[in-house]
Amino acid sequence: MRVSLFVTCLVDQIRPSVGIATVQLLRRLGCEVFFNPEQTCCGQPAYTMGSQSECTKVAQRTIALLESEGADWIVIPSGSCAAMFHHYSHLFQDMEWRTRATRIINQTAELTSFLVDVLRVTDVHARFNGRITWHDACHGLHDLGIETEPRALLQHVAGLEVVEMEHGHACCGFGGAFSVTYPNVSTAIVDRKLDEIEAHQVDAVVSGDVGCLMQIGNRLRKRGSTVQTMHIAELLANAS
Amino acid sequence: MSRVTPVTFPDNAAKALNDPELGKALRTASQVFSRKRQQAVDALPDWEQLRDQASAIKTHTLERLDHYLGMFAANAEAAGASIHWAIDARTACRIVSAIVQAGDGVVKSKSMTTEEIELNRALTASGAHPVETDLGEWIIQLADEPPSHIIAPAIHKTRRQVAQLFHERLGIQLTDDILELTAVARRTLRSHFKDADVGISGVNFAIAETGSIVIIENEGNARLTTSLPRVHVAVMGMEKVIPRLADLDTFFRILPRSGTGQSLTSYQSIITGPEARPDRDGPRALHIVVLDNGRSRMLSHATTRQALACIRCGACLNVCPVYQQIGGHAYGAVYAGPIGSVVTPQLEGLEKAHHLPFASTLCGACRDVCPVKIDIPRALVHLRTLVVEGSVDDSPQRGFGPKRFAARSWSWTMSAGWRYRLGARMARWIQRIRLFHILPGARRWATGRTGIRLADRSFREIWLAETRKEEGRGP
Repeated sequence: MRVSLFVTCLVDQIRPSVGIATVQLLRRLGCEVFFNPEQTCCGQPAYTMGSQSECTKVAQRTIALLESEGADWIVIPSGSCAAMFHHYSHLFQDMEWRTRATRIINQTAELTSFLVDVLRVTDVHARFNGRITWHDACHGLHDLGIETEPRALLQHVAGLEVVEMEHGHACCGFGGAFSVTYPNVSTAIVDRKLDEIEAHQVDAVVSGDVGCLMQIGNRLRKRGSTVQTMHIAELLANAS
Repeated sequence: MSRVTPVTFPDNAAKALNDPELGKALRTASQVFSRKRQQAVDALPDWEQLRDQASAIKTHTLERLDHYLGMFAANAEAAGASIHWAIDARTACRIVSAIVQAGDGVVKSKSMTTEEIELNRALTASGAHPVETDLGEWIIQLADEPPSHIIAPAIHKTRRQVAQLFHERLGIQLTDDILELTAVARRTLRSHFKDADVGISGVNFAIAETGSIVIIENEGNARLTTSLPRVHVAVMGMEKVIPRLADLDTFFRILPRSGTGQSLTSYQSIITGPEARPDRDGPRALHIVVLDNGRSRMLSHATTRQALACIRCGACLNVCPVYQQIGGHAYGAVYAGPIGSVVTPQLEGLEKAHHLPFASTLCGACRDVCPVKIDIPRALVHLRTLVVEGSVDDSPQRGFGPKRFAARSWSWTMSAGWRYRLGARMARWIQRIRLFHILPGARRWATGRTGIRLADRSFREIWLAETRKEEGRGP
């Protein structure tokens, strides 16, 4: 299966190890992975900033780029960017672009959803010795309905102990531009989550979005906590 | 309605975050509400179907609102009610003030619409003394505060604060015994009911086919308000109409469950006209004030029209991460929380409330709990676009504001691979000379969080290097 990796700008610039882990994982499962270095961003920053016209420009470029690759699937290690692809369908008034967007949307999957729902794999032969908790990233959870997939994958990781948070579903307060528009509200929201994370005495918080991991991780460090943050791709790439 | 102002929002939010009593009250209330809601929803196997049904009824009605409003008005008048059309808040207040005679005792049951038009202020100005009879509303009336939650107006107050308030305002002995406090409220309010000439209520649903108005509640005060005084005035937003009496079946199932987690509220009153028979008790006159106040504007666009489907259950407030932290007052508007941030800018104009669509993380929890399936995040993004791009006639022209400029520079950078790579290289260089904080947003990010650090090498650099290595090795 030919898989095109849409790595996302945050993974690309902030946490490239997630991209590397995704490639390793997909190759281990028999996928032929390729990556187009001309790709930039899904368009979400402009969308949430309130500039749909600027978002549309970037979305059109991304759609054209992905079309030219002829992949069977486009895989994104982020629920948020994958959800943005889904917003493409109502971004365009133009029927031709709507159709092209829909075609791309139907070929696109967030990483855990790709593994479980497309490849039908839940055991990826991973090992991780430690105690973790899972944070549901909002756009994966609420926009795409991804909830059971990461849990099914984590369940099969050798050596792993997963603790569920009472407020695992709750937003981390990142919200893209929201995190810098209202920084004090944003950190107050994440603090409630961090109290619970610290109370569970886990080694790491795992999630499917680098945005959330920045919010959680950088606040944890500010609070002097030693709890690590991990993207699920990084955890699953650890072969047993 | 003059409370909404973008200038005070950050201060309001900061003040709320520094108020431990408020934090405690909000945490407890939102958790209790959300848990009860979930239990009530889980008990129904066909919850999703009910949501679809409710949403379909509302969408159908809103697309033919003139038709159903006309039908409702005709049937209500046939039943003996008087219909008053109010284009805005001022008109609505004038209509009600004219109905209330000098010296009349006035009692009110809970109504967000009368909060929206600030009816109490208008009535007080014309010499009346309206008394709120819903316990929560009465508490905030005593405290001279606006409501902070759609269905639980005094949610921001702890028991101790209420005790202190009763002690100061009613001269009773300081006690935080709930039973004693409730008994005091009951005694005081009963005497107001006894002397009331006019009862003012809101409306949860207006039935087009019968001309009836429907009010649901738990304390029985709305029943008393609408049956004891000789005149009943009901104020309703024009979006409250639904086609048939049978549609109530759907809404009676979803509204209490979404609001308080009850399978049914304690009281449901269906009122059709005033009491016509002289041998029976009941109001001799029923006035129904139908309010527009910006709703026509919301009706004019499909994305914002959805928000008129709102049945004011408050579920979106209880799950909202932002509301849970700052409470209702910080929004500075009558309707707080996610739905408030959609409704307020449209009722009051974007000029006064352009900050509200941005006061959200767009997490989507509100959309998942909304019983009428309003896509609140999408409506917020739509409003953000109106603020930033000003693409609707009556919105302020912010076409070249800083946000638009930022979005434009961003899309220019992202629209070519080389510009993106160049931008990233420049950012890394700035990071290396320790000036990262000059980048947009970096300083604000670092308040309360460690600074953002770009990786030494981007994924694409690593990928290209690896690919080159492999090619060098040959097949």
